[in-house]
Amino acid sequence: MARLIAKTPAEGLLPVEVAGVRLSEVDPGGLTSVAALGGADIGAALKAATGASLPGPGATTTGRGGARVVWFGVRHVLVMGPPVAALDGAAVTDQSDAWCTLRLDGAGARDVLARLTPLDLRPSSFAEGATARTLLGHMQASITRVEDDAYLILVFRSMAKTAVHEITEAMESRAARLRLT
Amino acid sequence: MRLPCPCCGDRDIREFTYRGAALARPGEGAGIDRWDDYLHLRDNPAGAVRDLWYHGGGCGAWLVVERDTVTHAVDGARLAAEGL
Ligand SMILES: [Zn+2]
Repeated sequence: MARLIAKTPAEGLLPVEVAGVRLSEVDPGGLTSVAALGGADIGAALKAATGASLPGPGATTTGRGGARVVWFGVRHVLVMGPPVAALDGAAVTDQSDAWCTLRLDGAGARDVLARLTPLDLRPSSFAEGATARTLLGHMQASITRVEDDAYLILVFRSMAKTAVHEITEAMESRAARLRLT
Repeated sequence: MRLPCPCCGDRDIREFTYRGAALARPGEGAGIDRWDDYLHLRDNPAGAVRDLWYHGGGCGAWLVVERDTVTHAVDGARLAAEGL
């Protein structure tokens, strides 16, 4: 029997800090995709299972045991934190190993992200607790603003190295620009 | 150019993929001329068009977008799942 060595998606690549902005890898606990089947209303079942209410488009909610529910698409949310068992009316899949979860924080984190995503990151349109499915470079991503100057970024696990490379390059580009002013 | 996704709000064009004109699929038993029309014949109008866009770099929804090829105005978008 082969003995597999558990590695996080960005193992050995992080943390990185450039000019006051830090990129680190986060262990989200678990990642469970919850997609409503057909027109099913899964709000009550999700609340019972996680303690969190069902977030609408672009929103996040929180529940028991540090659970964070992130809107993830049409009739689709991602539960970060404690695993979720089967829910009536929903397709529930464990995706813990499928995503690379990064945290970008520090004053200037927004300027770094703005170099990579077409998303409007101004506080007036992307407040704390807001989330979006968008692009990070050429990668599909989920970006959540968890604090004033802190963002959670999810990309497919297979993109971990590319994401770290592109974000680090954006951090260095921002730092170079700061040195000119 | 930005498209107003009903889920995500105004989003940059690079998040979307263009599919083509939003046309009703021929019904069961439709004749070969009707299918030929559906598959191959387009009007290419200067003016108002309705086409399908995929928000693959966002929420993953298919949208019907109404826009104008002369003024470049985008008049609205809704979920294709709600019908063409
Ligand atoms: Zn969308």
